[in-house]
Amino acid sequence: MSSDTETKPAAKPAAKPAAKPAAKPAAKPAAKPAELPAFEKSISDKIVEKFGDKIEVEFVKENRVGIKVNRDDIHDVAEFIRDGLNYDHVESVSGVDYPQDKEIEVVYHIGSYSDSSLAKQLLVLATRAQREENPIPGKDATKLPTLRDIFYSVEFHEREVFEMFGVYFTGHPDNRRLLLPEDWADLPPLRKDFAIKGR
Amino acid sequence: MTAELPPGLAIQKVDERIMTLNVGPQHPGSGHMRIIVQIDGDYIVACDPDPGYVHRGEEKMAEYRNYITNIPHLERPVIHDSCNALYPYVLGVEELLGIEVPERAKYVRVICSELNRCIYIMYWLAIYGIFLGHSTMFMWPAGDRELLIDLMEKISGARVTHAHFVPGGVRNDLPPNFEEVCLRQVNYFEKRIREYAAVFYDNPILISRTQDTGVLSREDAIRLGTTGSVLRASGVSYDLRQKEPYDVYEELDVHSPVMKEGDSYARSKIPWLDMLESCNIIKQALQKMPKSGSVRVKLKPNPKGKGLDSVYKRVESGRGSLGCHIVSDGKVEPYRLKLSVGSFRNLIALPYLLKGEKLGNMPSVYWSLNYWPVEADR
Amino acid sequence: MLKDLVTPENANVFIGKLGDILEKAIDKPLGYAINWGRIWSLWPVHIETACCSVEFGAASSPRYDVERFGIIEAFGSLRQCDLIVVQGTITRKMAPRLRLVYDQMPEPKYVIAMGACAITGGLYFDSYNVLPGIDGVLPVDVYVPGCPPRPETLIQGCILLQEKIKRMKARKFV
Repeated sequence: MSSDTETKPAAKPAAKPAAKPAAKPAAKPAAKPAELPAFEKSISDKIVEKFGDKIEVEFVKENRVGIKVNRDDIHDVAEFIRDGLNYDHVESVSGVDYPQDKEIEVVYHIGSYSDSSLAKQLLVLATRAQREENPIPGKDATKLPTLRDIFYSVEFHEREVFEMFGVYFTGHPDNRRLLLPEDWADLPPLRKDFAIKGR
Repeated sequence: MTAELPPGLAIQKVDERIMTLNVGPQHPGSGHMRIIVQIDGDYIVACDPDPGYVHRGEEKMAEYRNYITNIPHLERPVIHDSCNALYPYVLGVEELLGIEVPERAKYVRVICSELNRCIYIMYWLAIYGIFLGHSTMFMWPAGDRELLIDLMEKISGARVTHAHFVPGGVRNDLPPNFEEVCLRQVNYFEKRIREYAAVFYDNPILISRTQDTGVLSREDAIRLGTTGSVLRASGVSYDLRQKEPYDVYEELDVHSPVMKEGDSYARSKIPWLDMLESCNIIKQALQKMPKSGSVRVKLKPNPKGKGLDSVYKRVESGRGSLGCHIVSDGKVEPYRLKLSVGSFRNLIALPYLLKGEKLGNMPSVYWSLNYWPVEADR
Repeated sequence: MLKDLVTPENANVFIGKLGDILEKAIDKPLGYAINWGRIWSLWPVHIETACCSVEFGAASSPRYDVERFGIIEAFGSLRQCDLIVVQGTITRKMAPRLRLVYDQMPEPKYVIAMGACAITGGLYFDSYNVLPGIDGVLPVDVYVPGCPPRPETLIQGCILLQEKIKRMKARKFV
């Protein structure tokens, strides 16, 4: 009953209610399954305490804390995550396209090497950029502030999101193309309105 | 003028003294990618990796296939490490669908993934030998690798592309008498790779070519977000098998190797030590594995996720942490699937390490990053 | 007299014509001899395009040891090569480079399409960045199916190519 795979959906609703007594001391990570969300809850509580209404806690699961931020606040929140919570690198940056909301979500999975109590944890920081019907990558309103000056490791990940979704990261020093061919002139391929042939 | 060009075609002005060299994609020392280096005499002043020659759009394709039919193409990025490449996806789908995996299947998975890690590292080592002009180090690992490929062929029926892991367990049970054969082969294999120290790792030529080249300090390894052997060669003890144990790794004794130097030599030695550790894990798993029992939970056709949900699972593959971010919207296909691969994360260290290095050291630094271009491009 | 005819400028032309004359004079035996020389020098270009290169590497390993047939020697500049083994998927970014490599190789040159992706696009038939087979880029001599092909299959493909070269007209390239 300890492995990761066995996280049942039952654990998730139990973690959600904010009524839980606040902030257990962050001493021990995940001792027993019954107490599992406690440590994760303490992390999310720290962020809520600092930023209040500006952020929204999406989920608190075993080893994962998901928070959602407005695009104007993401820089400050990321800075707090690095300096206040000891997270130090970004594992993955994934874009998710939501055409019905007219938004593109960019999800940062942030982890920590230097703090051993956070070794299991991943902080899932999500923000949304405005989505254009007819994108001109780099020149339209689909823009987000870059996190490269805070987490250096996002450099190539953000370049990939730019070419795959057309989300321009303002302040990123090197917004060139990475994986796609140089002459790619179509829509950014991972957007939902780009349909692959025959499907 | 340059502002009007698309981003990839922008022309860069360089000094007259400085020459730009394109290494790859047709070059014995580059693999399936291009490394644009700018050299001043023999020294590299700037380096710009240009991956994407094998970008096949796995993530887009995954949105058009259901959770089961996604299996074959998701292992293709690293066909010689296919079990580990599939592992995070399978774990993620199991969490999305809420499947409980039988105990024996977990052990079979661990054995398969450790065997595959050895197969991957042996191939990596063989190519590293070629890059350094050490032909024996191509022949030995390429030959010994076939022993483990035989084992995997017994389990799954294919040489490299196993597609053995499925949500709910593994495809087939182990063949009869497998434990004995496996133990015998692994013991021989372990004896064999210990001999590599004499011919390769204690070889003064290798040491002089790799020691103190491309040094990555501990702070920079953390800052750049590297992973796997690159991170552990720089003195950060971070292995997901210990830190965030998945399946049955918690019950096994894992001692992941760490070195402090952070140079190419350390980065090339860590995978070799990893293999010895893998042999250890396989032996433990063979001992602790339940002798019989089911290995697969049958799913109903076209399984669906429950509403809007997202999951991020990661495992320790041959190249480091391999994560899979699946967003489901309750349909039979994933809404979005993102692979966060170790090679892509280690690539960021390449421009950093090559700056100020001699051009002749480029292959040894580049391949010591434990990089597999097909995986990085997806 | 021969000395006056051959100048550095027209040496190539002359040799070409001499080849023609010889070919016409002693057609079959000479052609056979030339082809016989060619089948034992099938050296591939070192261009990996996708994951089939793993099995290509395994073919040179001690167990399969393709070099015992005298072919697929693993090293060399592309100016000395006469075989290009397309190891798997060709993406839109790689296709121009592949053609560039092919164009720089000296005649005669042969192409082996290795793996399902190189033949039809294979598993990636519906991907946005993958060519549906390399027939539009290179003239293929031998198709080696499989995903990935086992090393034995690759060796069989090479032997088939040797058989094919034996039956080809040597004159085209003389």
